[in-house]
Amino acid sequence: MIAVQGVPLVDFLLLGALLFCVGLFAALRRSNAIMILMGIEVMLNAVNINLVAFSRYLPRGGDRGQAFAVFVLAVAAAEAAVGLAMVIIVSRRRGTIEIEEISDMRG
Amino acid sequence: MLNTPPCVGSCSEFPRLPRAGRRGADASTVCAPAAAPLGAEKAVTCLLSLGWLVPLLALLGYVGHVFLGQRAKQWSALFGIVALALGFALSVGMLAQTIGGASIDVSVPWLSMGGINVPMGFSIGPLQAVMLTMVTFVSCFIEIYSMGYMKGDIRYNRFFANVTLFVAGMLTAVVANNFILFFAAWEIMGLCSYLLIGHWFEDPANGRAATKAFLVTRIGDVGLLLGIWWCFTLTHTFQFAALPGDLAALHLPAATLNAIALLIFLGAVGKSAQVPLQIWLPDAMAGPTPISALIHAATMVAAGVYLVARTYPIFQMAPSALFWVGLVGAVSAFIPATIACVQTDIKKVLAYSTISQLGYMMLGLGVGAMEAGIFHLLTHAFFKALLFLAAGSVIHAAGTQNMHEMGGLWKKQRWTAATFIIGSLALAAIPPMSGFFSKDAILAAAYVSPDPVFYWLGTVAAGLTAYYMTRVVLMTFFGSPRSEHVYEHAHESPAVMVVPLVVLAVPAAALGLAAGFLRHLLAPGYIKPDVGLIEFVPLLFAIAGFLWAYALYTAPLARRAALLRSPLIAAPYTLFKQLWFFDHAGSVVTYVLGLGPSFVIGAFDRYVVDGLVNACGSLCLWLGRMCRRLSVGNAQAYMLTIAVAVVIGLVALQFQAMGG
Repeated sequence: MIAVQGVPLVDFLLLGALLFCVGLFAALRRSNAIMILMGIEVMLNAVNINLVAFSRYLPRGGDRGQAFAVFVLAVAAAEAAVGLAMVIIVSRRRGTIEIEEISDMRG
Repeated sequence: MLNTPPCVGSCSEFPRLPRAGRRGADASTVCAPAAAPLGAEKAVTCLLSLGWLVPLLALLGYVGHVFLGQRAKQWSALFGIVALALGFALSVGMLAQTIGGASIDVSVPWLSMGGINVPMGFSIGPLQAVMLTMVTFVSCFIEIYSMGYMKGDIRYNRFFANVTLFVAGMLTAVVANNFILFFAAWEIMGLCSYLLIGHWFEDPANGRAATKAFLVTRIGDVGLLLGIWWCFTLTHTFQFAALPGDLAALHLPAATLNAIALLIFLGAVGKSAQVPLQIWLPDAMAGPTPISALIHAATMVAAGVYLVARTYPIFQMAPSALFWVGLVGAVSAFIPATIACVQTDIKKVLAYSTISQLGYMMLGLGVGAMEAGIFHLLTHAFFKALLFLAAGSVIHAAGTQNMHEMGGLWKKQRWTAATFIIGSLALAAIPPMSGFFSKDAILAAAYVSPDPVFYWLGTVAAGLTAYYMTRVVLMTFFGSPRSEHVYEHAHESPAVMVVPLVVLAVPAAALGLAAGFLRHLLAPGYIKPDVGLIEFVPLLFAIAGFLWAYALYTAPLARRAALLRSPLIAAPYTLFKQLWFFDHAGSVVTYVLGLGPSFVIGAFDRYVVDGLVNACGSLCLWLGRMCRRLSVGNAQAYMLTIAVAVVIGLVALQFQAMGG
């Protein structure tokens, strides 16, 4: 196992967890739809850090973790494209992208 | 009470044919020409093997009515008439063959599953040939008559279609060699009687009469169905030819045999309108008069008597079943005869006389004289069809069925009156009319039976028959006209109605000549019991009945009214007028037996079955209302739920890992 310039694995994991929490907080607390989408992006990238770090540190890890990370990037790009398109439609139809005001599906 | 049939050979009209197609393996033909030369055997087989064609022709006539009848206008009646005429020609040919002793029983495999083989087929013997000839002849002339009677009816074609289907059902029942086909045909008759009794359904009373006929006969049908089912579970066969032998081979206890025979008899009681299920027949007068003729002569009610004759070996095996057949017959001969004496509707008198005459047939079967019962069935078919058609002619002309408005019609309707009187003489069993010979044969057999009460009930009923028929003839055709309007309006019916009357009058008068021949054909070994001068006792009663009626109904009205005031006459008069309270009793039975359980079952259905179903629905509604609150419509709330759930899941996993 080769540490990256003396940085242990747990530091990467802590960074990933911290970043995930930031993203989650943004997704849950912000009322702007675009900010929520950005929060989701941050969460996805926090996961990416974990994947790459494990791929580097774990024995027999190989390149699979990095391949997963690339997948996640690709899916995130698609998700952002669809999500932003929806935000644009909502903004056109309603003149707002405040998430609290889009609650037609209330039971 | 054990009833020993006085005849020895009356079983021999059911020769134990080899069980053709019993295993459903192949279609086989059994032909037993008694003394036919070798070359004739083939011809005999050929004609009898066409037996299935007779009902099929009638069915084709029905199909013609259904698909082409509307276009053919008033000529559509010819579909049925031609089909039945062809069937009659074929039947006569077959009758000629069966005189030579030929018979046939053909089966083809039909239903085969799990070791149960039910073949389908027909059989023609002397009994079947005689019945086919009678049914096709009578119904053919009824249809010809109907062309005149039903002229201009709004459902003309539908009427003829139903009549033809009705006859097809009867013919199928006659030729069927197994219970399945027989029961199917039996039910077709039930359906057609419903449709035809309710032909003029614009009047709700007619619809009710049709429903009553259908439901009351259904009580009998349930019994018949149970009997058939019981036979099948015991012997695994529906074949008429094989059933008696198979049942005998099982050595069943007497009670079982009695029960089977009486269940089958219950079907006959319903269909043949015997006491206590006779209440539907008088109401069936709601149908057009030709239908009354058809139901009362050729089809429906004859089917019940035929059923008993067809399964006669089963009745002979059961120790006391024949006693009950005789008892029901004797009671049914007597009670309706008394009711017929006080009816004022000409059709109602004939309806009650039909029940009475059917009672004679059952009485004949019950005392072991099967051939006498069938002989009376034949003669009755001719003279009762004649009487109904003649009555129809009167109604057609007079525009009323109430005899109190008729009188003196002899001058206006000579042909109708003459044929009606011939029919009445035959019904009253006056020699040399056909009815005398057949009724005489039944009563002679009843006299030598161990239960003399049968004989005396039948003999008194014979006197009553003469009384009420004399009364009808006098009130309708003689005396002075009671209603000027009716008398003015009356006229002789068109030829298409009169000719069938004349044609039917011939066998009604002369069929007695064939008594010896038919006896030889149906029961070769049977010798009519010699009862000496006792033979003429029923005739004496009939003459007494005639004289009494003549004295009463040529006397002034005031004398009859005075007679009614004496309590000795008034009490039975009320009893007869109220139909012996059978309809009331029927209502009570219906209420107690029908409505009581219905109420319990209804409550069970409403509160338990429906309650369970409604509870399921309510539960789902309540759950839905609860779950609805979770949908707050805020995307972030959903996300929070997911996040919290994931955290809880992770913590649980962690605990599990530490604990495990």
